[in-house]
Amino acid sequence: MLLKHKATETAACIALVGVPAAFLGLFFVYPLVAIFHRGLGSSFPTDVLTDPATLRVVWFTVWQALVSTALTLVAGLPLVWATARVAFRGRGLVRALVVVPFVLPTVVVATAFLALLPESMQRGVVPILLAHVFFNVAVVVRVVGGYWARLDPSLWDVAATLGASPSRRFRELTLPALRPALAAASALTFLFCFTSFGVIVILGGPHFATLEVDIYDLATQSFDLRAAAALSLLQLGAVAAIVAVSSSLEARAGARMPLAVEEVAARRPRGWERPALAAILDLAALGFGLPLAALVVRSFATPAGAGLGFYRALGHETTALLVEPWRAVEYSLVYATAATAIALTLGTLAAIALVQRRSGRWLDTVVMLPLGASAVMLGYGFVIAFDTSPLDFRDAVWIIPVVQALVAAPFVVRILAPALRAIDPRLREAAAVLGASPARVRREIDVPLVLRPLGVAAGLAFAIALGEFGATVFLARSDRPTLPVAIFRFLERPGATNQGTAAALCVVLMAVTVLAVGVADRLTSRRIGL
Amino acid sequence: MLQLEDIRVSFDTTTALDGVSLIADTGRTLTVLGPSGCGKTTLLRVVAGLQPADSGRIRLAGNDLAATPAHRRGVGLMFQDNALFPHRDVASNIGFGLRMNGQTRAEIARRVRELLDLVGLPGAERRAVQTLSGGEQQRVALARALAPEPRVLLLDEPLGSLDGPLRERLLADLRGLFAALRLTVVYVTHDADEAFALGHTVAVMRGGKVVQRAAPDDLWRRPADGWVARFLGMRNVRDQGDRSRVIPPEAVSVEPGDGAVVTGSERRGSVVWLRVMLDDGSEFYAVTTATHNPGPGDRVAVRIDEAAAFDVPKWAG
Repeated sequence: MLLKHKATETAACIALVGVPAAFLGLFFVYPLVAIFHRGLGSSFPTDVLTDPATLRVVWFTVWQALVSTALTLVAGLPLVWATARVAFRGRGLVRALVVVPFVLPTVVVATAFLALLPESMQRGVVPILLAHVFFNVAVVVRVVGGYWARLDPSLWDVAATLGASPSRRFRELTLPALRPALAAASALTFLFCFTSFGVIVILGGPHFATLEVDIYDLATQSFDLRAAAALSLLQLGAVAAIVAVSSSLEARAGARMPLAVEEVAARRPRGWERPALAAILDLAALGFGLPLAALVVRSFATPAGAGLGFYRALGHETTALLVEPWRAVEYSLVYATAATAIALTLGTLAAIALVQRRSGRWLDTVVMLPLGASAVMLGYGFVIAFDTSPLDFRDAVWIIPVVQALVAAPFVVRILAPALRAIDPRLREAAAVLGASPARVRREIDVPLVLRPLGVAAGLAFAIALGEFGATVFLARSDRPTLPVAIFRFLERPGATNQGTAAALCVVLMAVTVLAVGVADRLTSRRIGL
Repeated sequence: MLQLEDIRVSFDTTTALDGVSLIADTGRTLTVLGPSGCGKTTLLRVVAGLQPADSGRIRLAGNDLAATPAHRRGVGLMFQDNALFPHRDVASNIGFGLRMNGQTRAEIARRVRELLDLVGLPGAERRAVQTLSGGEQQRVALARALAPEPRVLLLDEPLGSLDGPLRERLLADLRGLFAALRLTVVYVTHDADEAFALGHTVAVMRGGKVVQRAAPDDLWRRPADGWVARFLGMRNVRDQGDRSRVIPPEAVSVEPGDGAVVTGSERRGSVVWLRVMLDDGSEFYAVTTATHNPGPGDRVAVRIDEAAAFDVPKWAG
């Protein structure tokens, strides 16, 4: 009996660790090895790495990420304060809306800024920075705001009775308390901006390229596979360095403040806080609303006046694609559904393995790697790794869901692992003592309690898969494009019709994304009854 | 002297304080006793200036505090979960209020040393607060609250998270300190023993109202109503209509003999509670300090001092 139990456990362990490991080995490590082989195989690519052109790209990549991060913090912090510490009507709605930009596809946001800005400002540093801020304010609000809203207020009360004025309390307590969250949010934002691809390839114009865009150009335009591989290595090293620096920064950020179990009740605004709140909310509505509104307006602004012309054009074949544009919606939905299924399976297995094994730190890092390794690198890796028999998968239909799942799975783990960890072990013990078998405990305790995070993860995975661009653009065939790829193909071509069609496709993609996230959220938000 | 007059506070749908008037005498300890949710914590927060009152007045030494924000009130506050600043060491926690007052480093260091001696933690200046035990943390929190020499010290269940013997020791230490420093103290608790042990005066709260304010002995002798009697730990309380008849446990004595049977006995430290049932079916509790006591099933004689019994309303106010 005991032996049998042991055997089942081993089998479970193999499934939990083995399946994700095998998947990562084949579809992540192997493409990386292929890149290494291409980049370093003949000789170390010193020439590529010291080329002034490369240095220029590296410099731009770094400084735009730094400036984007700084601007995001400046723009995000007032909104963090408003959503975390102030009680006002519609606060829940504002909080939900603020995260919408984060799930929007990069291609959509870039197109939105094209629609918003006057022609002279459409390509260059300004639209890039604006788009990066647009995306990452959500990160700052979520990471810092989530932390701020749960800080135990008794520390601030005590400080007040000890004679600390409000501004003094902010300096002596609030800032030190928020430092770890600020460090985490800055690191994430920096990472996202550093590996930004869709935004820059669309808004950068011919003069501005990050490492990602340069890799893409080298691989797909000038076919310099060795240089592309060399830059991929550089990118991988840089990302690893960013992750290492940020985790050591977070570790050194000082003592963690005591957190309340539940969110602490926010205060109604008083005095100067009222006009400040109104100004912050109005600015946020403008900042988030204007580009998206401009995009929608653009999609209806046909040369013949306001109308559905661009949407009707989605049904007709064009030179930009080999199929009618609306077929991209169909391909996107199919790919994203498959990708979500794969990402949820992998992510759940990995999350359970992570939570069960105390020694699973290395696993944590391994699972998170695809998050750091950029999408473009992944797509490029697939192209050079899976081009020869028996691993000639380049034309396989399933290769796109696989690569999208790789990009989405780390987010699934990031959501599920903490949720699993947060389940009070005494609940499982109580269930076991009441006669529930281990499998029953899972079904009765774990599954209901992670259902909601699972729904959130599914929605996010679906949104990421729908919007995935950096890797998909390498792999999507022109007769089976996804929405972002189709949008990109239209944007690449001059003319108001192509731009308008891109805008219409963007509106469709945006609607599908928001709908999918909303439905996933709805389906799993019901409480479990008895 | 701290005076509260007709303080009212309500949150969205609930009334936390429903016209509370109280006086805390200078140099004395007022304990506020009540079950959780009775508004006692809100009361402290109003005094500290952390919660604005909807109406009513707070006066400290005759001055209205309404317009004074929390950080200028000069009151000390101590919580159950100590709320020490985790990013500062012991000395920096204790010195926080002094620094806010703009005192010099040397003055702060001297005063911190003085306070650490006072609370029995000499030399702990440079320790990280996380390395302290629960009792030590409470001592540091107390030292921090005392450092700026507050005009009133407010404590919100400061011993709530500590275990038995440690709690007893700190309780004794607190009482000694309050007396030695002649502090004006408002001490909130849900524990009647703690309220009796510390308070010169005990105010009993229920549903946002003060139902009784009295010296501990007077409170024990004449609880305002049946609910208060039960909350103080009296067990022989019988409701008859809208009145309650209270027989203090010390008015019931158990002797060898007949007429009743022991139905239960529980030792609580140095005293034993005996539950007895008279042959007419009525039940009483008696308290005794004897070390040899009859057990369940034993026949005993029960004598009740009817003169010590009294009638109160079942529900006052």
